[in-house]
Amino acid sequence: MSLREKLTWGGVTLLGALAFAIIALARGEPINAAWLVIAATCTYVIAYRFYAYFITGKVFGVDSRRVTPAYRRNDGLDYVPTNRWVLFGHHFAAIAGAGPLVGPVLAAQMGYLPGTLWILAGVVFAGAVQDMTVLFLSTRRDGRSLPDMIRSEMGPVVGAIAAIGILLISIILLAVLGLVVVNALKGSPWGTFTVFCTMPIALFMGIYCRYIRPGRIGEMSLIGAVLLLISLVYGRTVAEIPEVAVWFDLSGSTLAILVILYGFVASVLPVWMLLAPRDYLSTFLKVGTILLLAIGIIIVRPELQMAQVTKFIDGTGPVWSGSVFPFLFITIACGAVSGWHSLISSGTTPKMIENENQIAFIGYAGMLMESAVAIMAMVAACIIHPGVYFAMNSGAAAIGTDPVHAAEVITSWGFTVTPDDLTQMASYIGEKSILSRTGGAPTLAVGMATILSAFLGGKVLAAIWYHFAILFEALFILTTVDAGTRVCRFLIQDVVGNVVPAFRRTESWINNIIGSGVAAAAWGYFLYAGVVDPLGGIWTLWPLFGAANQMLAAIAMTLCTVILFKMKREKLAWVTIVPTLWLTVCTVTAGWEKVFHPDWHIGFVANANRFADALASGKMLAPAKSAEEMNRIIFNNYLDASFAALFAAIVVIIFVAGVYECYKAYICSTVTAHEISDIGALAAGE
Amino acid sequence: MPGMRIGRKVIEQAQFVCERVAETARLMVGVPDYEAYVTHRKALHPSLPVMTYEEFFRERQDARYSVSNGRMRGCC
Repeated sequence: MSLREKLTWGGVTLLGALAFAIIALARGEPINAAWLVIAATCTYVIAYRFYAYFITGKVFGVDSRRVTPAYRRNDGLDYVPTNRWVLFGHHFAAIAGAGPLVGPVLAAQMGYLPGTLWILAGVVFAGAVQDMTVLFLSTRRDGRSLPDMIRSEMGPVVGAIAAIGILLISIILLAVLGLVVVNALKGSPWGTFTVFCTMPIALFMGIYCRYIRPGRIGEMSLIGAVLLLISLVYGRTVAEIPEVAVWFDLSGSTLAILVILYGFVASVLPVWMLLAPRDYLSTFLKVGTILLLAIGIIIVRPELQMAQVTKFIDGTGPVWSGSVFPFLFITIACGAVSGWHSLISSGTTPKMIENENQIAFIGYAGMLMESAVAIMAMVAACIIHPGVYFAMNSGAAAIGTDPVHAAEVITSWGFTVTPDDLTQMASYIGEKSILSRTGGAPTLAVGMATILSAFLGGKVLAAIWYHFAILFEALFILTTVDAGTRVCRFLIQDVVGNVVPAFRRTESWINNIIGSGVAAAAWGYFLYAGVVDPLGGIWTLWPLFGAANQMLAAIAMTLCTVILFKMKREKLAWVTIVPTLWLTVCTVTAGWEKVFHPDWHIGFVANANRFADALASGKMLAPAKSAEEMNRIIFNNYLDASFAALFAAIVVIIFVAGVYECYKAYICSTVTAHEISDIGALAAGE
Repeated sequence: MPGMRIGRKVIEQAQFVCERVAETARLMVGVPDYEAYVTHRKALHPSLPVMTYEEFFRERQDARYSVSNGRMRGCC
């Protein structure tokens, strides 16, 4: 390294350290969000330059002369050598999603510091390492998927267990994401109208791109975007005319049923009709909005209103409950480590990578970008009034449904807020009420509206920006819901197909309808239960979702460690062993506490017992009004407990299998990893 | 004239960047570069038919959403 480089990196390190010092040591006075951004950026560039290249160079031993699958199997379709910047964009668009936007918002109840520290530490040592390692392994195996690699490196039994894990996470993921949309739209005619408008718009785009001007994606998306903006602007008019607004002023349970129906219909219809055009629109909107928000934060540089650490660090918060370990980590999940990315890093990206020496850029830096999105979400949540934050994110059971009462309760928690603050914020964003809009999306939308209106449009456009943010989130969440229902349907068909082979035929209409119906019913049940849950749904489901996500990450990291041992690179395998151990301990602890914790705020069984005891003594606990409803709540809690236990059990089984495989590889004197090389491909072809 | 040459170079570079951005946007929604596909087919499989852009687009659209080959998408 030259002197100049040394000086540059020394400067970056000093700047980062300064930013961290300001974030961590500020007492009392609000700090500027810019320091958070600077601290994060310095961390990212240092981690990328030193840690990522250490891993690819020393641990993986990437070989820039080795032919990648994109060249070896080039077919111009799936396997295409692709410019690394283009591929980076593709990979980022595939991994960016709702998780890193919601998790940090929920984590903000403990203050901005704990969450931010984990988003940064987690991504550097676990999340980005996972994405990059899986990408590397898949690139060395002709772009095979994670379940495939688990089967071939760890055996069919472990593979089958992992497949069940993936099915479970899909179900919980879809339910939680559906719930986020429902909570953002309930009682909001403006938002509901705009999101509903995306359906006919998508149908029109679908027909346009299939028959009128086949394959003209740019034109179609432009027309779609313009129509979308028109519906956004006219949403306000709709909300202001009572006779029309009533049609779009829906309750949570009605919206839930509509979302479930949507998932089913979109999964059954041909993809070009509804799914694909919505996907195009939401992908472009997603990437565009993320860029816009980044620019907004840099220009506006807002001050953080939330405290560094709030009193809810003790685990008694109203947004979710549980102590910092493991629940803060479980809550942030995707912004730091997302198990789901292991499926994407072993999906289309490895089939397009030009050279092994680009793996750090695509895999590691791609995840750093995702983490930057999480930091932006944290900023957006922390620049709004803390009282407003808690009013939006606490369930009705905690703060009631009346602004006066809510303000009283929240002030008693130590976050002074007046009923006027709450109603003013509601009218500022063009809504009737902001109370109990749990799920993170509305909070993020308020933060985004605050930032974006500060440099584009001022107060006049604040309400438009709020609904724009809601539309952006709802649009790509619904895209996950429809694509996810199809994935679930396929997984179900695959599992059931083991017993009834005819069920596996994906082209059959009957199978399609049955499979889609079962898939939509599975996640729909959890969604509906979440909507009628007095604790706000998110309170119950988000930790379950986080645990499922971290479970998948633990599985992926275990596989990575096993393969490093099989490659005889165990001396440096600590880079994956440390995050594997962390994720395993974190997920298992969370699973255990979710089942057995004696505090009913945390343990599902304790909560079920609370209702059972009340029922036995003839009392009713709110919100249940009948014995039947009491029984349903008890059943749901046991169901949630079973899922939590299952996640922990899957992690333990895979971990034990992983240790065994590592041991076998360790005592074996030769390399046992099943890589595909040019020689191997030739040998197989002969 | 050197001034013109620099001007042309800047335009060429800008054009290159714009093309890459458009390519990225298309790939984000699962449609790879059609030119690259045609070049590949003509070079390596000259005797086999080449799909028109419309056919290519439909094929890619179906492939993006067919889940059977371990294509997981969606996100968190």
